[in-house]
Amino acid sequence: MRVSSRWTRNSRSLLAAVSGLLLSGCADYGLFAAAGPVAEAQRSHLLLIVGWMLVVSLPLFVALPFVLWRYRQRNRKADYRPDWEFSRLLETLIWGLPIVVVSVLGYEAWRQTYRLDPYRPIPADRPPVEIQVVGMDWKWLFIYPAAGVAAVNEVILPVGRPVRFRLTSATVLQSFMIPRLGGQMYAMPGMVSQLNLIATRAGEYRGLNTQFNGEGFARQKFIARAVSEARYRQLLAGMAATEAALDAATLARLRRASVLDSPLRFGSVDGDPFNAIVAQLRRGGGYAFTPAVGAR
Amino acid sequence: MEDGYWLLGRLDWQALPFVRAWRHPSVSEWIGAGAGGLVVIAALAVLVMLTRRKAWRRLWDGWLTSLDHKKIGIMYVVIALVMLTRALIEAVLMRMQQFAAVGDPGFLSPEHFSQLFSTHGTVMIFFMAMPFLTGIINYVMPLQIGARDVSFPLLNSISLMLTAAGAALVMISLVVGQFSTGGWSAYPPYTGIQFSPGVGPDYWIWAVTLSSIASTLSGLNFAVTIYKERAPGMTLFRMPLFCWTTLCTSILMIFAMAPLTVASLMLALDRYAGFHFFTAEAGGNLMNYANLFWLFGHPEVYILILPAFGVYSSVISTYSGKTLYGYKSLVYATLAIAVLSFTVWLHHFFTMGQTANVNAIFGIATMLIGVPTGVKVYDWLLTLLRGRIRFTAPMLFSIMFLVTFVVGGITGVILANPPVDFVVHNSLFLVAHFHNMLIPGLLFGMIAATQHWFPKAFGFRLDETWGKISFWCWAVGFYLAFMPLYALGLMGAMRRTSEWLRPDYSPLMLIALLGALLLFAGFVSLLVQLGVSVRHRDRYRVPVGDPWDGHSLEWATSAPPPEYNFALIPRVEARDAFRQMKRRGIAYARPEAYTDIAMPKNSAVGPIIGLAGAGLGFALTWHIGWLAVLGFSVIVGAVIARSFVRETERLIPAASVREHHERWLDAVAATPRVPRVQELCPSNRGHAEPMA
Repeated sequence: MRVSSRWTRNSRSLLAAVSGLLLSGCADYGLFAAAGPVAEAQRSHLLLIVGWMLVVSLPLFVALPFVLWRYRQRNRKADYRPDWEFSRLLETLIWGLPIVVVSVLGYEAWRQTYRLDPYRPIPADRPPVEIQVVGMDWKWLFIYPAAGVAAVNEVILPVGRPVRFRLTSATVLQSFMIPRLGGQMYAMPGMVSQLNLIATRAGEYRGLNTQFNGEGFARQKFIARAVSEARYRQLLAGMAATEAALDAATLARLRRASVLDSPLRFGSVDGDPFNAIVAQLRRGGGYAFTPAVGAR
Repeated sequence: MEDGYWLLGRLDWQALPFVRAWRHPSVSEWIGAGAGGLVVIAALAVLVMLTRRKAWRRLWDGWLTSLDHKKIGIMYVVIALVMLTRALIEAVLMRMQQFAAVGDPGFLSPEHFSQLFSTHGTVMIFFMAMPFLTGIINYVMPLQIGARDVSFPLLNSISLMLTAAGAALVMISLVVGQFSTGGWSAYPPYTGIQFSPGVGPDYWIWAVTLSSIASTLSGLNFAVTIYKERAPGMTLFRMPLFCWTTLCTSILMIFAMAPLTVASLMLALDRYAGFHFFTAEAGGNLMNYANLFWLFGHPEVYILILPAFGVYSSVISTYSGKTLYGYKSLVYATLAIAVLSFTVWLHHFFTMGQTANVNAIFGIATMLIGVPTGVKVYDWLLTLLRGRIRFTAPMLFSIMFLVTFVVGGITGVILANPPVDFVVHNSLFLVAHFHNMLIPGLLFGMIAATQHWFPKAFGFRLDETWGKISFWCWAVGFYLAFMPLYALGLMGAMRRTSEWLRPDYSPLMLIALLGALLLFAGFVSLLVQLGVSVRHRDRYRVPVGDPWDGHSLEWATSAPPPEYNFALIPRVEARDAFRQMKRRGIAYARPEAYTDIAMPKNSAVGPIIGLAGAGLGFALTWHIGWLAVLGFSVIVGAVIARSFVRETERLIPAASVREHHERWLDAVAATPRVPRVQELCPSNRGHAEPMA
């Protein structure tokens, strides 16, 4: 008796520890620590799906143990209908219920897919900040075309103002993501994709490449720092005043495969490296030169 | 060009893991060398054993050149089990690495880790799952439709040997050179020559090409067999559900393997001939590869899952002593799934940057598949209802499938929603999801199938205790191994990551590792079960051939069945054909007359093409010109030579059929019928007392 009660106590505390760990884990980052409306909307959409899916799956979870117990071989009291193979009512139910649930979820998916389309500008009273992102082996280059500054493995975002990331890759396929702000988008060589996000809370958020691209993949992380608009201007101006230029030689060095220990900052940018990289990877092989889509 | 290039191509000493481990000693390299060593030792051990027991002749005549669909099926399953061993060990290693690598580089180099996940995926899909289900179909389907063999027995042997050749290439890559690091999907341009100049992707290309051609041929063979070889009276709607799922899987194989063959060959052109289909520069576009690959890849999921659905239908109805509930519903649901499976491939890359329109359509199409799948789950539940349920090992696997598969279905619908997919794409959530579908939806089904049909194939039952031990390891292991990955995925942990920079992943990684160990223990228990059963086989014998009170025709013949399956092709008058025969008292009836039976002669063409295919793949991987020419010529030559062979069948005289059959019928008459409560006792000699 005592043994069993100790066991329950222990298992209960273990359970508490595990769930605590889970919660604290979620509290730190990921979807359950959304720091912007996009991630929040994605989270609530996820919960809505789970809720509706339980409508079709709970009956199974409840009925299965009951059926297994009641119709076990040894229970001779339960009725046995070896040739029973059809019931119009049940048939209507088991086709009907999933159809209803999928219709609801389908409608919701349609709505949310449009609402949360990563290409759709986020409505706000101010125009979005545009940031060009180049995926490299194994680092991320961020260019602020308007301010004329750049950084590697660090991106600064103004809180409360939408950001439009324009993405490309200087090497293989990569995928750009800041989990707490939501969304992710492929960065593809020779192509430009877009991702619109907004941070509503100041903080430092982890960003990463999610698409395996070789030895340095695990270390291809960056920091997204969401700061107030004033601080944002100040930081960018500071970079412009003190940091070195991102020139052709530096760019060439960056494009070589390597892992960086700490972020780099550049006070100015020579030329238009983003569109140059897109164009370079598009050119040749019988294809005529095509200007980058939607040049800045 | 170096000396010896003409002879060995790009091969050199560095290709051997032993040499690499010697030159750059590290845990990672030692593990590589150890694995290579194991393969060599195992291969040598098999060779020595065969020679010692003078079994070469028996192996060649009795198995390798045999065109008997039953033997080919068994050989497929053997390949699957060998490859499963390897891929499971890799899984455990990866779990260890990911546990050890929290805030630490761990003990495997990133390069080695990426080879592990690439081979794990490639092996599990192409050389475990595909051979396993092809083997089970090969064994069971012709028996269930009352046929003597498949329509094209030689083609069947060629498919088997090409699959074996692909599997051999993957195994050789452990000993000579290195495998690809680009994952099982091998996305270029990473796998292109610019970013992966080694031989790894070439191994992947040729192994997968061989396997995809083999599967296309198998698909054709099975579909034609079902259309043309059914016993008289076996209309399509009287076929056991397993045959329906086989038919749908075969049609999917015919249409879905082609894009893969094309994609892998286009990748080969990029790598070998300087083409630019998928390169990062010169106008190449990797998303074309992604489209082609998943145009194969999504139907592939249903190629893998549908046969298991058929197995569960057989198992659940047999062990609840009931006819299948909603047979027609299940058939239509299967057909719906097969059609819809071609309309959803784009959900593998919602994050490509296409319009919301495209994403919404593919997302909704994906959710639609949930309807027929949900119907199926409830059909099985209703089959259990009002039954007399026996909790045997195959039944336990089927029940665990029902519960677990629904969990996977929920997460599948989550992933089908583009807005949510944006957050969990490429994460461990995705990894958890597809293991959640494929372990219950394929592997549990195949294990249930082996437990269910083993007595038919070998004439004795498997040990039930070890079957149940194995079941509990698989069931608990699955939840421990994959539920933490869902949580980790939502926390932002990505797949294919060899080290973690977040210390708090540790506890969940530990649970997942324990789960992986338990899954491995489940596999070892299956091997123990096999050993124990073979040792006690006399106690488990079921010569009459119907140990489970089966419903379909495969149970109507002896265990193991004669080469020609049925002395007299049964006449089918209803669904659940054998069950009805037992009811009407015409099972085990003595035929009035016997006829000669023509069966295909053995042929060496299959093994020759397989060997040449492996040679060709190896030669292309290492750029060994003469061997490639030789391999290709042998394949073409063998096909041409075969076309001159006139006498491809041999006649089994009626007298010999009669003698064998009457002896079996006498044994049936002499064996007492056994009620279901004694199913697991030694008194069960395979003569069932029908439940109803």
